[in-house]
Amino acid sequence: MIVLAVLAGVLYTAGVYLLLQRTLTRIIVGLVLLGYGANVLLLMAGGPGGVAPIGRPPFPEGVSDPLPQALALTAIVITFGVTAFLLALAYRSWLLTRDDEVEDDVEDRRIARLADLGRDEDQDLVAGLDDDPEITEEFTP
Amino acid sequence: MRLLLPLPLVLPLAAAGLSLALHGHRLAQRAVSLVTITSVVVISAVLLARVEQDGPTAVDVGAWGAPVGITLVLDLFAAMMLLVSAAMVLVVLVYAIGSPRTSDQARYFHPVYLVLAAGVSGSFLTGDLFNLFVAFEIMLTASYVLITLGGSHAQVRSGMTYVVISLVASMLFLTGVAFVYAATGTVNLAHLAGRVAELPDGIRLALALLFLVVFGIKAAIFPLFFWLPDAYPTAPTPVTAIFAGLLTKVGVYAIFRTQTLVFPGTRISTVLLVVACTTMLVGVLGAIAQNDVKRILSFHIVSQIGYMILGLGFFTVAGVAGAIFYIVHHIVVKTTLFLVGGLVEHHAGTGALDRVGGLVRHAPVLAPLFLLPALSLAGLPPFSGFVAKLALVQAGLADEHYVAVGISLLVSILTLFSMTKIWGAVFWGEAEDPVHDPDEKRPLPRLMVAPTVALVLVSLAIAGGAGPVWRLSERAAAGLLDARPYVEAVLG
Repeated sequence: MIVLAVLAGVLYTAGVYLLLQRTLTRIIVGLVLLGYGANVLLLMAGGPGGVAPIGRPPFPEGVSDPLPQALALTAIVITFGVTAFLLALAYRSWLLTRDDEVEDDVEDRRIARLADLGRDEDQDLVAGLDDDPEITEEFTP
Repeated sequence: MRLLLPLPLVLPLAAAGLSLALHGHRLAQRAVSLVTITSVVVISAVLLARVEQDGPTAVDVGAWGAPVGITLVLDLFAAMMLLVSAAMVLVVLVYAIGSPRTSDQARYFHPVYLVLAAGVSGSFLTGDLFNLFVAFEIMLTASYVLITLGGSHAQVRSGMTYVVISLVASMLFLTGVAFVYAATGTVNLAHLAGRVAELPDGIRLALALLFLVVFGIKAAIFPLFFWLPDAYPTAPTPVTAIFAGLLTKVGVYAIFRTQTLVFPGTRISTVLLVVACTTMLVGVLGAIAQNDVKRILSFHIVSQIGYMILGLGFFTVAGVAGAIFYIVHHIVVKTTLFLVGGLVEHHAGTGALDRVGGLVRHAPVLAPLFLLPALSLAGLPPFSGFVAKLALVQAGLADEHYVAVGISLLVSILTLFSMTKIWGAVFWGEAEDPVHDPDEKRPLPRLMVAPTVALVLVSLAIAGGAGPVWRLSERAAAGLLDARPYVEAVLG
């Protein structure tokens, strides 16, 4: 039990650390680790292991609880499917940008820039926006 | 009744498979989707009528008894949500068929859209925590595909944020399920209602907060809302409209369900009130700063979610009933506004406020279609938003939450301000740098206008029939706050 608890802890820690990185591949690996951690936790929730639970409840003593295993199995399948989709999305992102980095929201940067411009009144607002190649690029349809 | 109950979940899933097999046959796919969703709407209406008469009903799928097997439960609140969401799915489907941008990608749009409908129905129907997780995943996985359908750079960028945030929430959800099972030995919601009450206060509060965070991410409450205004606007209009109308509200539904059924009486209602007020304020202030129709509307979703949580935070029948009425009104009005936003984009070629103008002259049909729901959103009488906000304000005053009521009124004024900002920029004046020549005739597809008109009429009908809808909401709220009939229906 203690081994499983420590394992879940390590998986969660590593997962969260990787999630906070800025490259997509690490984020995906982080999510996968978090999923493993959650599954280990689910297995632990069923209490100590025992004989295979075959038949209908109620079970005698010394039989392991089948429900968390069923839950973990379902969760594994779901995580697997979503991870596959995420990898495909990351590949598409790499094809489009040739870069693995997570990008900022363009519109957010534009709004932040408008706020900066408001403070500096000498600058022409529209001209200031046009100066930023990255931003205008996004807005010509 | 027992046979009908699983159908809103099963029918769309089966139809999705059929639709996938028909890929390439656009007309057949459309027919399958339309027939399926229409029958789901009819079934939901029948279910609502039955539940309204007989009270909560439960079905054990696969004949495994209640605490262990898969249980589907329908009470009045769930039945109302089921009907409203099915109706929105149908209206947006018609709009999507009429919209030129999605029909290009229609081969995969229809199956995925049906899966989304199944996931939404499943979330409302399910009677246990783990199947709520599964239904959420069905819905979210479909939404990942829909939001990135087309695969453009902007879509992949914002879709990535959306997928990662949703997945983190899902992992937290799974962790929460594991904790709940370890503490109580069950995941059946009705069973949990009794078992969780026996836990020590501290553990109960911790679990309640964990689930508030999980569903808070999905419902986009402060401070967990930041992904929403980034993710929604890049998708095609029908997709954004259905997401705006339904997905966050499924999160709100889950918050209502868990906090009232599983964790009643924890000291969480103060947290809910504070969160609700900040959500309202931050959402509306964010909307004021934006400069694009869809982004403004996206920030308003966040702000409106605050009102729903506010009603729950009061924890009285009047407050929760106000919130339920608000959810029904919001789903209809918000979907309408996004559909109109899509029509504006279709007509003007962009949703950026400074590049659109004078639509009162160029597309006069859009003006009332935008104005009526916009005023309703701000809460002006005699629209449905006024009734919903009045109910919440009265509930708040009755319970002496003066600060919260004051903030909600202030937010209403700010909402009105930002709606007039869209109105002034889009419908009055003239665009400085229009994408198309404004005098050029650009007819709006009839299949896009008709569903929008229908939704505006529905929202007016909610205002006109406020009495019956309010009585229904009140009974649904009473059913949420007194869990005994629900528990009896499930555990017998």
